[in-house]
Amino acid sequence: MINKIVITSENVDFLNKISELSDQIITRCDQCGVCSGSCPMIADMDITPSQMMRMVQLGRQEVMESKAMWICASCFACTVRCPRGLDLSRVAEALRQVKLRQAIDYIDINNISDDEIERLPQIAMVSAGRKFTG
Amino acid sequence: MNLVKDNKKMRIPYFPGCTLKTTAKNFEISALAVAELMDIELVELPRWNCCGTVTSLTSDDLMRHLAPIRNLVRVEEMNENGEIKDEYRLVALCSMCFNVLKRSNLRVMENSEELEKINNFMYLEKDYNGKVEVIHFLELLRNIGFDKVKEKVKYALTGLKVAPYYGCLMLRPKEMGIDDPEDPTIQSDLLVALGVETINNPFKTRCCGSYQTVRDKYAVAELTYDILSRARKEGAELVTTSCPLCMFNLAGRQKEVMEKHPEFKPMPVLYFTQLMALAFGLDEKYYGFDQNYIDPRALLRKKDLLN
Amino acid sequence: MAERKISVMDSVRKASQSVIAGVDEKDIKHWVEIYIMGKAYKVPADLTIMQAMEYAGYRLVRSCGCRAGFCGACSTVYRKKGEYKLQTAMACQTRVEDGMFLVQIPFSPAEKPLYDIKKVKYEPFVLLKYFPEISRCLSCNTCTKSCPQDLQVMDYVQAALKGDFKAIAEDSFECIQCGLCAIRCPAEIVQYHMAQFAMRMYGRYGTLRDKNVEKRIREIEKGEFDKEFDRVMNLSMDELKKVYTEQQNTREVY
Repeated sequence: MINKIVITSENVDFLNKISELSDQIITRCDQCGVCSGSCPMIADMDITPSQMMRMVQLGRQEVMESKAMWICASCFACTVRCPRGLDLSRVAEALRQVKLRQAIDYIDINNISDDEIERLPQIAMVSAGRKFTG
Repeated sequence: MNLVKDNKKMRIPYFPGCTLKTTAKNFEISALAVAELMDIELVELPRWNCCGTVTSLTSDDLMRHLAPIRNLVRVEEMNENGEIKDEYRLVALCSMCFNVLKRSNLRVMENSEELEKINNFMYLEKDYNGKVEVIHFLELLRNIGFDKVKEKVKYALTGLKVAPYYGCLMLRPKEMGIDDPEDPTIQSDLLVALGVETINNPFKTRCCGSYQTVRDKYAVAELTYDILSRARKEGAELVTTSCPLCMFNLAGRQKEVMEKHPEFKPMPVLYFTQLMALAFGLDEKYYGFDQNYIDPRALLRKKDLLN
Repeated sequence: MAERKISVMDSVRKASQSVIAGVDEKDIKHWVEIYIMGKAYKVPADLTIMQAMEYAGYRLVRSCGCRAGFCGACSTVYRKKGEYKLQTAMACQTRVEDGMFLVQIPFSPAEKPLYDIKKVKYEPFVLLKYFPEISRCLSCNTCTKSCPQDLQVMDYVQAALKGDFKAIAEDSFECIQCGLCAIRCPAEIVQYHMAQFAMRMYGRYGTLRDKNVEKRIREIEKGEFDKEFDRVMNLSMDELKKVYTEQQNTREVY
């Protein structure tokens, strides 16, 4: 069975938007997979970092529905190892920000259990706020 | 580079970060004490604000760089009003704070237009002139020389097998890391000076899960399990870190690890400054062991290192 | 048809207009042009914003309170002609200026968390528990710039992240709860509610207990003043008035 992918101007617009927001030449990714191999959170992701890049390259807006960019821990392991010098952490951030800037939070900070709030260090709340709330 | 001027005490601006004032007080207490013994006075920045970790990564966001840059303005102010003499380096203890401060600094240094916008927006503050250099406390010790650290050791921690843990934000991205991101040695070099037997953990630079601990504590528990099990397999009995969030994820989440892996035995995790305080023979009140999630005292007593 | 009684607000409004009572309009030398919600009005130059609005014919039933700069009801946001800066003021305390574009903010929508102060722990984490949004603070200083009392609002929000109840209480002491900081905050923090919580916590757990107050409370609880209370409660209206007037005339009452 042949799956046909049609690239429309909408797809190109999406790719351009993410490229600009992340300041990365996303078309440079050659799908080598080193990022996926380095990612510590990959076990929980629904798509791998490489797949995320591929979807953005093809301008597939469905990538916005995936969980991967929210599972990302901004550890920069992919950034350091990408042989083409791409910074995937910035691509993931761009994807997150597109959602967050519509005032759609990913977590509800009011819904953290009492026990957790008592134990969590301040930087956990601050960084979660930065990455998960708009 | 001679950093201790005229054998007098070195006074250097210091950024604590919110967590060191609350859940990680033991990190600060031990660090200030060991610094003092090494004739370093870490002078807390006046009116500092939360650094706003983790750094904002989009190309257009300047708002989230205000917080770090405002702190750098304070360093310049300290120099201008004479509180500090000719010292534009800013020391951070917390790896996350270090990362944000340094990255924002690098960003505005590379982009003068953004710096101008930020300065204009913060019109109630003095302009940031780009003089500050953000360094990690480990870098400061390395510059001074780990041999100087060794000189202050009263009770070498012989026989203690420690696997230093680095995490991410101290080392990555490359342009702001304090050591090689794949195979760093800065912490183990320091620990060797304390007489410790350092163990190499291949997972020493693997992320602890960072802020994901707020969203999914069991995902973080799995990472912790991998990192600590491997350390133990390599022979470590204690792990050191330089970040309160790594500390929480590695030590505080051991409760969740044992829920999923009942055979896992607790592994004490300490801030490297706490080991320094112990080795320097300082008073017990500077160790801060009460605040550690896993009490290391049983292990230290067994090794006859708790005097 | 019953005559409409002159309401309190009407009397107040009339009193406002009496600022220029006895003065013929043609004798007023200095006029300014202001815009109230987009409509232009010419008002005498030495009126406050609140008086000017009433002079223009508005009857204030909200965004109006003590008229003395204390209650925080008359929050005003304005711009001046030709300027981009958005400014804030309390309407009863600020004189009109030519070219002011004005709007009132009678209410700042903000839920207050419920807590039993006797059960809350005096620890830094409770600030994050009841106000988790303070972790979103960007240190942008917009709150400080919006404060009509010139408080260092950003500083006390930062103190909250550092768990310093005392600093919050001290820095927010003169807050009149006008809500302008919360309305403008990009991180959607409700600074003044957080400050009030911290102030209460500090007052209860952080400050020294006044020995005299403690002693007096114990005396009251033991019933040492019960007879006096009963006596006063049983006075007739005339007797009460007499006692009150005497006290006002003979002693300094605070």
